[in-house]
This record gives sequence, structure tokens and C-alpha cells, in this order.
Amino acid sequence: MSGLGGAVKIYVPRDAAALSVGAERTAQAIVTQAQRRGVAVELIRNGSRGLLWLEPLVEVEVEGTRMAYGPVRSEDVAGLFEAGFTSGRAHPLGHGVTEQIPYFKRQERLTFARVGLTDPRSLADYVAHGGYRGLRAALALKPAEIVAAVTASGLRGRGGAAFPAGIKWKTVLGAEASQKYVVCNADEGDSGTFSDRMLMEGDPFVLIEGMTIAGLATGATRGYIYLRWEYPQAKLALEAAIGAAYAANYLGPNIQGSGQAFDLEVRMGAGAYICGEETSLLESLEGKRGQVRFKPPLPAIQGLFGKPTVINNVITFASVPIILDRGAEYYQHFGMGRSRGTLPMQLAGNIKHGGLVEIAFGMTLRELMEDFGGGSLSGRPIRAVQVGGPLGAYLPESQFDTPLDYEAFAAVKGMLGHGGIVVFDDTVDMAAQARYAMEFCAIESCGKCTPCRIGSIRGVEVIDRLIAGEQAAKQETILRDLCETLTYGSLCALGGLTPYPVLSALNHFPEDFVKPVRASSASG
Amino acid sequence: MSSQSPRRVIPIKAEPPSNLSAAERSAVLEACARLKELPGALLPILHAVQEALQFVPKDAVPLIARELNLSVAEVHGVVSFYHYFRHSRPGRHVVHLCRAEACQALGAPALEAHAKSSLKIEFHGTTADGAISLEPVYCLGNCALGPSLMIDEELHGRVTADRFDALVSQSRERA
Repeated sequence: MSGLGGAVKIYVPRDAAALSVGAERTAQAIVTQAQRRGVAVELIRNGSRGLLWLEPLVEVEVEGTRMAYGPVRSEDVAGLFEAGFTSGRAHPLGHGVTEQIPYFKRQERLTFARVGLTDPRSLADYVAHGGYRGLRAALALKPAEIVAAVTASGLRGRGGAAFPAGIKWKTVLGAEASQKYVVCNADEGDSGTFSDRMLMEGDPFVLIEGMTIAGLATGATRGYIYLRWEYPQAKLALEAAIGAAYAANYLGPNIQGSGQAFDLEVRMGAGAYICGEETSLLESLEGKRGQVRFKPPLPAIQGLFGKPTVINNVITFASVPIILDRGAEYYQHFGMGRSRGTLPMQLAGNIKHGGLVEIAFGMTLRELMEDFGGGSLSGRPIRAVQVGGPLGAYLPESQFDTPLDYEAFAAVKGMLGHGGIVVFDDTVDMAAQARYAMEFCAIESCGKCTPCRIGSIRGVEVIDRLIAGEQAAKQETILRDLCETLTYGSLCALGGLTPYPVLSALNHFPEDFVKPVRASSASG
Repeated sequence: MSSQSPRRVIPIKAEPPSNLSAAERSAVLEACARLKELPGALLPILHAVQEALQFVPKDAVPLIARELNLSVAEVHGVVSFYHYFRHSRPGRHVVHLCRAEACQALGAPALEAHAKSSLKIEFHGTTADGAISLEPVYCLGNCALGPSLMIDEELHGRVTADRFDALVSQSRERA
């Protein structure tokens, strides 16, 4: 609706990525220039639309339509006022109507529908844009009916393992206990991924709503969001939203007068990649070293403090409200095969148009990188793409036509994981990347199982000898053998999947391992 | 009867000897008093201590252990497990430089080399003037706008060598 007494509504994101390229200075410059020119402006700090190469992306609302300008540096602001951007006039930085920008228009924004659109600190704005309709629907259902809806939607865990969410929830619902918990895994440690961060910063209420529904569905009355320390902006956004939700009885002892209780708090991680593994995360929440637990027992039976626990990723919980609101069938009709709904993909690394692309499963990797991504940022040919984080495979050009689907990626010995896509141009040294994968495993290993703790260190040494050409054939045999030990002998995915990037680099780019004279190593 | 044999109080939880300053000691005790009733209180307490003191002093460990009724080994095990907790006082500003793949694809290794040579320190080191500490970090969630770094809690993207130098000198000028 209209702003303060006819003030022009201007949106400048408070998303961390936007802030990293100067959004705060841009916002200040807009306020300063508006005052100097006597223009009444209502500044709204939204989340990011996900067109990250255009950040800081400033939007002006003109007769109910939002016009985009970007990237807007603080020094561009005076010129934008001169050109009349407050009336939506043309400017070299203008991109027309935000939602008509092809990158945005071609997406299917379900989970991210409100991110960038609304004011993430405003509960009223959330409710005005369809927020809390899912909770309202859930409050009218029995727990088993909520679980049935989530199961029918086909929603699979978006953290990486893609386990059906409904089955987890059903197990917790069926477990008898004096206390149950809902835990959100917001330890988004995979390089190339930032969808959890964008969602928490841009629409924190949807996560809170999804977790509350999980509580109603399973009889859990306490929730924790385990957030990595590297995301201070997300912490601020979540804490503000949790405070607002409590104040309006969307959290607390009597949710919307239903007599049902759900309490929620944010807990900070401390820089351990392994705490993204669910049992290690639970140990950390209990105040211990983040060491992986043996399974069984599953967290759904004995999770946090030994009690039945629903543990899911941010995007998984955030996908739940729309399923309850629009129905399982609505969500289920997006996607392909056993991969239903949408997946927020993240285009990262050496890519021209990096950002968030939420689309139904099924598009190919090449379409995503070329049609959305616009090719490499450097302008050089794309040589390798790592999909699914540091434990994901490096794919060569011949595999770029793989559709984005959990099973299709498994078929090429890759994984979709949390949807991160890291693009490398032809200057990449794949032997250095393989070495880094082993080094990362060594740095981040929790130390519980031997293949991961020691195998990763031996892996670095073997790769060093291999690329130095010391009995190369023998080293390769040892490396492959070591990878087999890691794959089958490790307790969790860190040791178990480190062979993916290592072996995919070796198999698809063997020439990088036999260079007679190598340039200085990329990771030393 | 009991008045004839006054009970002797045997302090079984005497405060361990330490080299903490009075201010450090009270910051640690304040964090423990405020947070120890939380389920799984140890990480929140360590965060509070590091926020107050910029690091977790070695002598804070026995004190925290006593307050939480844990063994010193348990607390030490947790402090040393997590990369974020520091065992020594850092410089006035901490630069966390991303080493992960998405930043590598945009030249993070060269930026890392520049950072180390211009600051004349390695990772985990602090510059001679005590202004800057350099730490590695594995993803800041800014993977479309790399290479990235974080100074204290401020995130920066598209960091070139020149921009790095400018950010460092701005930090030096700040207190």
C-alpha cells in the first residue's frame, strides 16, 4: 500500500551478500540524498531477490510495481535521483520491472516466494503475503494428518541426503517420550551454497512456521536452530523474527489460542564443518565435541538429549508451510521422478550471473549454467563444475547435460546435495582441487573413525607424491585403494564422500596429475 | 549433639588457581551464572566468554569446568574441537579469509598469498603491531560474489588485492 504520507518506497537489501558489496553505504546515500532533495522516502530493508551479480539491487515501488536498479554503489545514488528513479525512470543501471527480469521470471519460487519481496523484520508483512496460512491449516489437523500431507508431497530432506521428510516425522510421532525436539540444521557449511542463509535473512518467519508445524505434527514442544557463526546477519534476522513471533503468540505456551506449545531458540555453532552432519550437530547442541554418533539409534528415536528429535535442514522446514497451505498435490506436481517439488539451486564460483535459482527438478546442469548463469565470469571456457559442496563430484563438460535430479546425479557418481554449483574455468588445476578435498577432510574430520582421521592425511601425502611423479602408477593404485577404504569404512559422509571429488578429478582430468612441471600448487 | 562436634566444611570445589585478571575472571563467572541453566550450556558460555574477552583463556577452562560440574578434560576437549574458539588473544581485528572452493574458483589462493605476504604472517598469526589476526574460514556463504572475507563481523565480497589492502588499512585506523 502507500508509504508514509505518499513517501516513495525504496528497497535496499540487508542480505549479507548485498552488504558485502556495499548495500549499507548505498542505503545511507539514498537517505542522505532524499533529505537533501526534500524527497519523502520510506526505506525498506528486504532480503535479496537472489540476482546476486546485480547487488546492491535497489528497487523503487512505482504505482504498486517494483522497478530494479543495480548494481547501485553509493556514488551512483545522486545520479539515480537526477534521472528520476523515484518515478521509475530510465537509467543505465535500470532493469525495468524486477519480476520481469528473465533470470527471475523463469524461476518457480515456492519456498523463496517472499524472499526479497517482504520486510523480513515485519510479521504483519509476512502475514499479508500468505504467511502463517500453513500453520492455520495445521492447527485444524491431527498430527498424523499433518505427517500424511508432508509424506504425500514427496518432500525429501534438502540438506543433502534427500531422505523423505515424512518418514522421519512419522517415526518421531510414533515415539513415546516425555519430551521431543525439533532441530533445524542451519550449519550450511558447503562451499557454493547460500540458500539457507538467504532464506533466514530474507524470510525468517517461514522457517519458524515450518518448525512450529513440525512440532505440532510430532508432539515436540521445543525447537533449536543450530546456526553457523559465519552467519551473523542471519542470527540478527532470526532473533528479531522469533521475538516478534513470541509477541504475537505464534510461539510460546499457547500458539494462537490452540493450547499447543512450541518454544524456539537459536544456538550458534563454532566453525566445525562436521556439525552439519546431524548426529554431530546434536552432540554440539548438547555442549560436547561435535563427534559423529553411531546409527542406530536414529535421531528420530534417540536424538537431542536422548529424546526423539525431528532434525531437518532450513529449506526442508521452509518448504512445509506451502505444502500445508496449498496441499500436498500442489507441491508434488513440480519435479520429476522421485524428486518432487522445487530445489533452490545456487550458482557460484566463476559464473557471470551468480545467484539463487529456484526451479522444479529436471532442468539440466548446462541449461542452468548457460541460460541462467550466462557462462563464466572470466569469459573463459567452463572446464569443471563441482555440484553438491566439497563432498560433491567434479563434473567434466561431457556430463553437463545431467538433469538436476537426485537419482540422475547418483547415476553419474555425483550428488545434488544442497544444490550448490561451483563453476571453474579452464585455468583450474584439478590435481590441486583433489588435494584440497583431502586436506579439507583432514582439517574437518571429527576424529572418531580411523579411515577419515588418518586416511585423509595419508591421502594428501599420496596425492603430493603422485603429482610429483614419484612412482606415479603405484601412487595411483594406493590412492584408489585408500579411497575405497574411506568410502566403505567411514562412519559418516565426510570420510565416505571425500573420494567423490578426489576420484572424479582423477578420472575425468587425469592429465592434470601428470604434468611434468607443475605451476605452483593452488592450495598449499 | 551436633553442637559438640561442629562440622568442618571441606571445600571439594575450591576455585582452581589461575592467572586470570579480575576482569577476565568476572567475565567468565558472569557468563557461567547467566547461561549455565541452559540445556547444553557449554557452547553458549564459550561464545559469551569469547565475545567478552576475544578469546577463551587457558585458565578459564578449569573455572568453567567447576561451574558446570564437568571435568577440565571435557571442557578443554570442547574448546579445542571448534575452530572458532581462540586460545590466545587476537589482534584488534580478525580477518577471516575464505579458502573454500567457490572462492578458489575466483582466485582465493592468490588473495591468500597476498594477504600473508602483505601482513607478513601466516594463518592463525597476528601482525607485529597487534592490529590484525588472519584466520582461514571454510565458506562465508557469499559464494556468488567471491573471493570473500570477513573482518570482525563485516562481510566483504569481490575482494581484490587492492581492496584487501584498503580494508586492512581502514581497520588499522579504527581503534
